[in-house]
Order: sequence, then structure tokens, then C-alpha cells
Amino acid sequence: MTAITAARSPSHWWQSRVMRRFMSHKLALFGLVMISLLTLACVVGPWLLPYDMLFIDLRARFAPPFTGNHYLGTDPLGRDIAARLLMAGRVSLLVGFIAMALAILVGTLVGVIAGYRGGWINAVLMRTVDGFLSFPSIFLLLALSAALKPSPMMITVIIALTGWMEVARIVEAEVRSLKEREFILAGRMLGLGRAHIMFRELLPNVMGPIIVAATLTVARAILLEAYVSFLGFGIQPPLPSWGNMLNGAQQYLAGAPWLAIIPGAAITVAVASFNFIGDGLRDALDVRSDTV
Amino acid sequence: MTAKTDRKAEPDVALSVRGLTISLPKGMERVHAAEGVSFDLRRGQILCVIGESGSGKSVTANTIMGLLPKAIRITAGSIRLEGREIVGMGPEALRGLRGRVVSMIFQDPLSALNPLMTVGAQIDEAMLAHGVGTPTSRRERAIELLTEVGLPDPELMYHQYPFRLSGGQRQRVMIAMALALEPSILIADEPTTALDVTTQAQILKLIRDIQARKGMSVMFITHDFGVVAEIADSVVVMEKGRVVEQGSAAKVLRTPDHPYTRRLIAAVPHLTGVDRAPVPVADTEPVIRVRNLVKTYRSGSAFLRTERIVPAVQDVSFEVAPGRTLGVVGESGSGKSSLGRLLIKLIEADSGQILFDGQDIAPLPEAGFRSLRQKIQMIFQDPFASLNPRMTIGRILTVGPVAHGMSHDRARQEARTLLDQCGMDPGALDRYPHEFSGGQRQRIGIARALMFKPRLLIADEAVSALDVSIQAQILQLLDRIQRDTGVSMIFITHDLRVASQICDQIAVMQKGRIVEQGPPSQIFLDPRSAYTRELVAAIPGESPRGPHPVAAAN
Repeated sequence: MTAITAARSPSHWWQSRVMRRFMSHKLALFGLVMISLLTLACVVGPWLLPYDMLFIDLRARFAPPFTGNHYLGTDPLGRDIAARLLMAGRVSLLVGFIAMALAILVGTLVGVIAGYRGGWINAVLMRTVDGFLSFPSIFLLLALSAALKPSPMMITVIIALTGWMEVARIVEAEVRSLKEREFILAGRMLGLGRAHIMFRELLPNVMGPIIVAATLTVARAILLEAYVSFLGFGIQPPLPSWGNMLNGAQQYLAGAPWLAIIPGAAITVAVASFNFIGDGLRDALDVRSDTV
Repeated sequence: MTAKTDRKAEPDVALSVRGLTISLPKGMERVHAAEGVSFDLRRGQILCVIGESGSGKSVTANTIMGLLPKAIRITAGSIRLEGREIVGMGPEALRGLRGRVVSMIFQDPLSALNPLMTVGAQIDEAMLAHGVGTPTSRRERAIELLTEVGLPDPELMYHQYPFRLSGGQRQRVMIAMALALEPSILIADEPTTALDVTTQAQILKLIRDIQARKGMSVMFITHDFGVVAEIADSVVVMEKGRVVEQGSAAKVLRTPDHPYTRRLIAAVPHLTGVDRAPVPVADTEPVIRVRNLVKTYRSGSAFLRTERIVPAVQDVSFEVAPGRTLGVVGESGSGKSSLGRLLIKLIEADSGQILFDGQDIAPLPEAGFRSLRQKIQMIFQDPFASLNPRMTIGRILTVGPVAHGMSHDRARQEARTLLDQCGMDPGALDRYPHEFSGGQRQRIGIARALMFKPRLLIADEAVSALDVSIQAQILQLLDRIQRDTGVSMIFITHDLRVASQICDQIAVMQKGRIVEQGPPSQIFLDPRSAYTRELVAAIPGESPRGPHPVAAAN
């Protein structure tokens, strides 16, 4: 059943089947909706709320959710939690996305070059990957952020630095199997340059696994940022992040549990949603069932 | 057992299929995999089912074995195996029949054998699954079977793993497994397609011998009329899920009724001993001259004493004149593909000269060779792997010339002209490879190779992945292109019949060496080397001398 001669109306390779398969994955769709809502809320929400994230409402300290205009209550200083949560969301999502972009960039570059060039170049690059993997990432993260001044940018770079290896490995394996395919030989026959073959012939064919890795990397980055900030080495107050909101909440756990529950739920929803999307994409883009 | 009532119907029919209709799931290119298929397999006969890819022949065989995937189901008709109706039979009852009454051998013996079990254990398992015999009796039987299928040293073979065996030996093991329970019907699904021509001849002979010795009935699925001529008693021709013609082998082969059968038979490449009419060209100075070319693959490490040395190309010399075609033929592992890749420097030669237009390109570094690359182009074997699936045909065709400095518009114009010349609609430019059939993709591959107006085309098994009717069209296309442009060609193939059709000169390769070189008339009618004689004799359905060429066994 290989010969399909009839022209099909949507001519983009991924328009029909991949989208259909993704859409039939209920959890992935749920994840996509949740992430879209969360992102939208974080981007426009702070302008719509009546309070600024730094405004201190002294009369309403420790207000539980749904007190007056404080929809999600207030913290021990009387700052509006809804405003802080959404601003923290901006920070956490931004850190997550940028860290992902950096990790994907470095990982893809290393993976494609190592996979295509092979030989000693592959050996050097992939052993470097192994080297990075042999550091326990949490401790590395803590040590680095303790030693360096923990600005949001620095945290992002450090998270990316501990996350690119997995991408590199996936891409390397994928490229190594693809480069023996005849269309790559055909590229060499046409006299295309090495860079052209690597980034314009091979790369489009490994986009599937890269996209899946990207979604899972975002989830991991958000979780790591929360982790480090919770321990006090990450994003520094007064700038809120989901992690340092949890940190501030721990001494009031008994009296004001919503202080912990609300940012905790945000982290859970974001990370779980990204993982669901990743799973859905993995199924939808599965190369083995892709007969193209 | 309902045998009593059924047996009397057709005592000499082992397998009877009536009005069999098999539906495909929605969204496939047609509704039925098979529609109203009816045929009889008579006891003790070999029935060949022939058709092109997608004709429904394999689906029909799998249905008889009860091995259909869940999404595909029988919607009408009946299948009687030894008088027992199997349509609607429960899976347990079917399992009891498989192996005992009917068994099957597959196209690819490597993927059909379990790589982690010894040959003996797999044959043993076939019997154990049906609760036959004791461990000792099964072992004896397995060794008896291995002897029967002509494997050397059966005692040793019993303990071997499949990866240690050659393709032909693996297929013999598959046959031994299929015979373990003495089934009365054997279904063979393209069992020789993946094998070399000499091995194919041996396996065909083995199947014919065993069939005659045991009085088995064999349903043999193939796409090759040469194989049909070799072993069939009767033939069923299938096209797009329908039986278009059936009858005795002699009748179908000599006086086919249906136009499709006639077209298929006409498309079969025949061994011609006649030399090709040369393409008239002004210049006779050879385009390429190869001198003492050597390539050896090394793997492992000399230091750790795990080094493996495979001499791929040894001391090969030949030349090709303008407008001429040199055929390079040989079995798998003969080094013919390595030779092709050496010539366009996809791999580097160890020593020797490749004189292209008088310049030795063998020692040139990649940068120095880049401008010459355009003059030597290649057509690849697998039309499904040779086009980048993520790019439009337009990009695939123009990317090379644009990289070498041609303007984008000019390259597109050129691509349009070439697609037209290769028998494709220029509208294909904006479409993706998966929208085309194998033959169409191969045409695109040819257009890509012609984009630079090369002086030498290397076709590496360019038609072996295609159906015979498509094969014939592509060969015609290549012939026409050569006559129009005067390009020289090196045509690498394992199929001597194809080579005899399109080549002016033929070089026969064995184990990295050219053992014989000459025009088709010499190679096919008066072969000088023993190996060439063996190759020519093994071609199925062709017989320069005598009706049944039989290869020297082993």
C-alpha cells in the first residue's frame, strides 16, 4: 500500500495525519489547553487584576482566597497572591522556555555535528556529553547558583547547561541512522556542502524527536527552577517565582495552607501539561509508524 | 470433523478458494484488498499466484494462513483447506491447522527467524507447539529435516544461530521448519525475491524436489514470470485484488488471454544475446577509464586482534566510451555497489586510478572534486529512501544547481523541462515525495541526476525495487535519455536479464574482481568463465540451452 498517486489537498506533510493523531490524544489536548490558558493568564492577567504584585494591603494580611478583591487571598505582607502568582508564572514560564531554547540549540548542534561527522569528532563531542551527564545536576545547579550571583538569566543558563545532553543524544542517534539513507548520499552526489547537508537536509528530518524533547525539556526546566528557588538559590525576592512563593509559604503551612497550595498547583499543572503534550507529540510524530 | 460430508466434493483439490473478498480499513487507496477471488490448488501441484505489488496476492496468502491483521477482514467467500471451511473458524481451531495442514515460508528469512534461538530450537519449537514427539524424537526429526533441505553438516547446523547462516541457508531452515509437521499444503510468499540468482535457482529446485518427493501442494506467490516458467503447474494472475486470468502454466505463458497478463509477460526482461545498437556519437575517447582500483574495508582493531578485512574492490579496470553503457553484474557482496560509490567518491579508493576525461579523480580532495561532481551523477536503488521526505520535488531537483550558483528561476525552469522529459507532469514540483509511486519517484531521481547535464550516469540497482512493468518503462526512459543526450552509463545490477537489455558491455564481478568482461553476446551466449556460466544458467525461466536450466547445487 505504498503507491499513493492521488493529490491530497493539504500538501504539508504534517497537516493531516500528525495533527489528527495529536488531536485524538485526550491528555495531550488537555495539556495544550491548560498551557494555553496558563500562558494567556500570565501574559494579560496582571493588567486585569486590581492589585499590583508589590502593593501591600496591610489590613488584609493572611486573607484566605475570595476575600474581597483578593481572589486568591494575600500573603503574610498583605500582597495579592493572584497578582504574584501570575507574575511568578511569567518568570517561571520564561525561564522554562528560554532554558529549553538554549538546551535545544546546543543539543541539536552537538547532536547533528557528532552524528554526521562521526569518527573522532563524534568521540570528542559525545564523551563531552557523557562528562556533563556524570555531574549530579541538582548539586551542580545549587553549587553554581550559590557561587554566582543568581539573576534570572543566570538561572536560565545554568538550567540549560544541565539539560542539553539528552537532546544531543537523541539527535545524534537519529542523525547517525539517517545519514546512511540514500537521499543524503544524493546530497553529497550533488556536491552540497557539509553544513547544507547537516542543517538543511538532515535537520528537517529530525524535527519530530527534537520537538518532543523540547516539550519535555520545558517541563524539566520549570521543575528545576522551582526546586532551586524553593531552596533559596534561584530567583530572589521580591521578584516572585513559583518556587520562591513556596519557600515563603513553608512557615505558615498550618495557618495559611493556600500560600503553598496555590503556587504548588500552578507548578503541577504546568509540568504535567507539558509532559502530556510531549507524550501526545511523541505518539503523533512516531517515526516508526510514519511511512512517508 | 466434518470431513465426511466435505471430502466427496473435490477429492483432488487441496485448497479451494471461492469468491473471497477481503476488505481494507477506511482511508486506504481501495476498498478491497481482494475481491471475488476464486481458485483451486490441486493436490500435488504447484500453483503460482502472480501480480505486481499491491495486487492482493500476499493478503490472500495470509488469509489462508489465518494471519490477517485485525483491521483487515473477510467480508465474503469461502476457503476450504482439505475440505474444511476455515472462514469463520475460531482462532484455536485455526492454530491447530497451521503447521499441520498448511504452513508458510516468507520472503525475508532473516526477519522470519528468531535471532536469539538456535536453528534446532526453532524447528523443535514448531513441533512442540503442536505437542508432537518427545525431546529425542524431535531432535532426530529436526536433523532429518536439515538433511532433507540440503544443509551441510546438519548436526552442527542444529546448534547454529541464524546470523551465522547465509541468506540461502536461512531460507532452507525456514523450509525445514515449514516441513516439520508434514503439512499437505505449503504456501511460499516470494521466498526467493531476497536471494541472489544462483541461490534462487537452488531454492526453486529444492522446493520442486520436496514437492515431488512428498506429493505436497504448493501455493507459490511471486512477481517474476521467470520463476513461474520455472516451477508452476498452474497460474493465477491477480491485478488490483482481482483474479484476471488463470489456467495451466503452459497456457498462460504461451497464449495469455487477458491484456494485463500480456502486458506483464511483455514487460519481463528477457535475456538477449544480441548486442545493442550503439548510440551514434562523434567522440570515441573514453569518458572514464578505471585502472587497478582497490578498496578494502577494515573494521575492528589490529591492535586488539579483532580486525576484519573485507576486500570490496580488487584490481578493477575498465573503460566506458561516450554514449555507451557498461553493465556491472554480480551477486550481493560482489563489490559492485562499492565500485559505484568509489566512482563518485562517496567513498575513497585505497589505490588505483579513476581517469575522468583524462584527469585522475581518485586522489582529488573533496574541494577539488566539487566542480567535477556535476559531471558524474548517480541514480539510487531505493526510490523511497533516495528523496528527502521533507522537501518538495522542486527543492529536491533545484538544490544542487542552486548550490553551484545557478539562479533559482533558471533551475526551476530546467527542472520543469527535465520532469517533462522523464514523463512526469511539471506540476509535481510543488508536491512531496510521498505523493508519488515508486516508479514516479525513480523518474524524479533520474531527473535529479540529469539536472547538471552529466557526462556519466551511474545507476545503482536503479530498477530492482520496481515492478516489472515499471521496470521496463524506466529502462526505456534511460535508453531514450542516452540516445537524446549521449550520456555514458554504468548500470549496476544483480539481474542479468535487465543488464542484457540496456548494456553495450558487461563486466561480471565476483568477490571484488571482474571475472569476465565483454559484449552481451559473449557473456550470455559464450561465457568464458565458470562463474559467468553459473550465473547465466541460474536465471529463472530463461534457457539458452535446454528447457530447465539447473544450477550446480551448492
